[in-house]
Amino acid sequence: MIGADAIVKCLEAEGVEMVYGYPGVAICPFYNSILNTDIRTVLIRTEQNAAHAASGYARISGKPGVCCVTSGPGATNLITGIATAFADSIPLICITGQVDTQLIGSDVFQEADITGAVESFVKYSYLIRDVNDIPRVFKEAFHIASTGRKGPVLIDIPADVQKDTISKFKYPEEVSMRTYKPTVKGNMVQIKKVAKQLSGAKRPIICAGGGVLLAGAQEKLQAFSEKFGIPVVSTMMGIGVMPTDHPFYYGMVGNNGRAYANRAMNESDFLMFIGARVADRAVSQNGFDADNKTLVHIDVDPAEIGKNVGATIPIVGDVACILEDLLNQDITVESKKWQDTLKEYRKAFAEYKESHADALVKKSGDAVDPCEFVEVLSRALDDNAVYVADVGQNQIWSCGNYVMKKGRFLTSGGMGTMGYSIPAAMGAKMADPSRQVVAVCGDGAFQMSMMELATIMQEKVDVKIFVMNNEVLGMVREHQHFVYKDKFSMIDLSQGSPDLGKLSEAYGIHYKKITSEKNMKKEIEAFLKKKGCGLMECRILPDEVVRGM
Amino acid sequence: MTEKKKKIYSVLVENKSGVLSKVSGLFARRSFNIDSLAVGETDDPTVSVMTIVSSGDHRTLEQIEKQLNKKLDVIKVKTFTEPNSVSKELLLMKVRYNKSNRREILDTCDMMKAEIVDMSKSNMMIQLCAAPEKVALFIKLMASVSIVEMARTGTLALPKCVDQD
Repeated sequence: MIGADAIVKCLEAEGVEMVYGYPGVAICPFYNSILNTDIRTVLIRTEQNAAHAASGYARISGKPGVCCVTSGPGATNLITGIATAFADSIPLICITGQVDTQLIGSDVFQEADITGAVESFVKYSYLIRDVNDIPRVFKEAFHIASTGRKGPVLIDIPADVQKDTISKFKYPEEVSMRTYKPTVKGNMVQIKKVAKQLSGAKRPIICAGGGVLLAGAQEKLQAFSEKFGIPVVSTMMGIGVMPTDHPFYYGMVGNNGRAYANRAMNESDFLMFIGARVADRAVSQNGFDADNKTLVHIDVDPAEIGKNVGATIPIVGDVACILEDLLNQDITVESKKWQDTLKEYRKAFAEYKESHADALVKKSGDAVDPCEFVEVLSRALDDNAVYVADVGQNQIWSCGNYVMKKGRFLTSGGMGTMGYSIPAAMGAKMADPSRQVVAVCGDGAFQMSMMELATIMQEKVDVKIFVMNNEVLGMVREHQHFVYKDKFSMIDLSQGSPDLGKLSEAYGIHYKKITSEKNMKKEIEAFLKKKGCGLMECRILPDEVVRGM
Repeated sequence: MTEKKKKIYSVLVENKSGVLSKVSGLFARRSFNIDSLAVGETDDPTVSVMTIVSSGDHRTLEQIEKQLNKKLDVIKVKTFTEPNSVSKELLLMKVRYNKSNRREILDTCDMMKAEIVDMSKSNMMIQLCAAPEKVALFIKLMASVSIVEMARTGTLALPKCVDQD
């Protein structure tokens, strides 16, 4: 048995079903060995998207996504995808080929110091120099990627190591690392302290982040909220912790969040951040003051606690485990009045929206209102559908108007990587073909990853792609509109961009265009029903802004 | 709030290649200061100890410890301040001397308990092992002499001996 066979055996032992990648000489031994297995290989069209596809796969399957590329440019192209996964704590195993061991450091063809280059974007990285290390390294890598605060792990393997004979292959049953023991169980003293102070709180609120989803703790969170009557808001990464129409759920906070969600968080006297890193986009909004409230911060990563705000009560551990312990606390919370207040805030917003509906609806004419579009689309989706939002204005419109039922909402929240939605949607669909999966992007992001339409067709993946086409880079345009007083620079996509209808035809993809809200619901429903990959283009006015949600 | 403090981190790490760059890279990436850094083996050959002196406000100093703990090659982080530790630095200094200042140099060395470890007709090399402030003071005192070159190790430190009972 050679090293490459051993790698494949490791992947089999970990139950890997799918590898996204791109070959090259330095990784050819691996791609030769993998022919002898049932693991599905997916030839992506550019390496960055291998990581995004693996990320989409990981978020739906709950297992680390695997991508595998060659040395040099193959590896460096992967970096943006790795950084994107790292920022959102998505578990990935990234395998890179490397030049022969004795050539490392001599700048030969397609050599890149990839472990050095990704150091600040990975949870850990390995350069395997001895073929006999392969089983241990893979065991550790999968363990590291999928425990504690999840994240990408990179394994760099020189071509000669892939070809070396391994003396004895034995996949380790357990990991023994003296440097890595993530905390799972929350400190009981702290949990009791939270319970005690919570019972005295007048205006408690939970701000839930992506960590709740990563821990699979949605149901526990909902149970906790319902049992003690605590309202919930979420960060962008936390969208989906509760259904949108849940009476205790008040939407997304942050500078692009719902005004009443921010107000609820700001006016609370007892704020629990759960699985959230209290990032700038969540708390940098007018009126947030961490000092006038009791602040509980629950996270699996101790370094996140106290990094951006100081917590009154910190608890480190697995969010699901801690919520379980919190659920078992015998306390009552008197929050009826507070809930009524929040309901008033929500009602006032709905009324305001209603009274301004006519004004909102139309100035447009031959275009679609993006907010309306997202709402209609999300209502038309299956209950457990996966909605992948890209980055830009479309992300904010998606976050603000998406109606969550029991599905998942995926987006690149931390890094804000344009072009994420199409490859990630493909990975999500491959992780669970029974679920409906849609990607929603702008025309800018679409052109960053439209080469993956080929992969989607090659692999016959049934994803529906929605392109909000406004022929500009809308988010930048909006920024230049407000900050640079309409002195626009580098935002025009109206020239040179392809005709999406013809492009779809070239790929053999079903295409539909909508330019008005008339019949929009019917058109979307009919479009979703068609089998196979489809692309729907929605015309958006270029001067739409992300207005106060 | 933003008062700057000094802290010593004694970081036990896996003794393998690339670890120093990971640790120093962490300081660079997060804009943490490194006032000094000394690396060496411990009694266990698989473990190295990095003694890092850093300064910053309370939150930064706490983040440094947490971020160090997050690194998977870090086995243990111990922190202490100067008053509750014994900290030493080694200095080697080469100076040019002549008849007129030789006596003065030797007197200063004598007072500061520095040692002459090498000598030629015009140059001498002085060694001083002392607390970091004393090393700094010695360099100041010798500034009037012609210093040819010098090297410092950076601070090495261990917490003071305390009986556990």
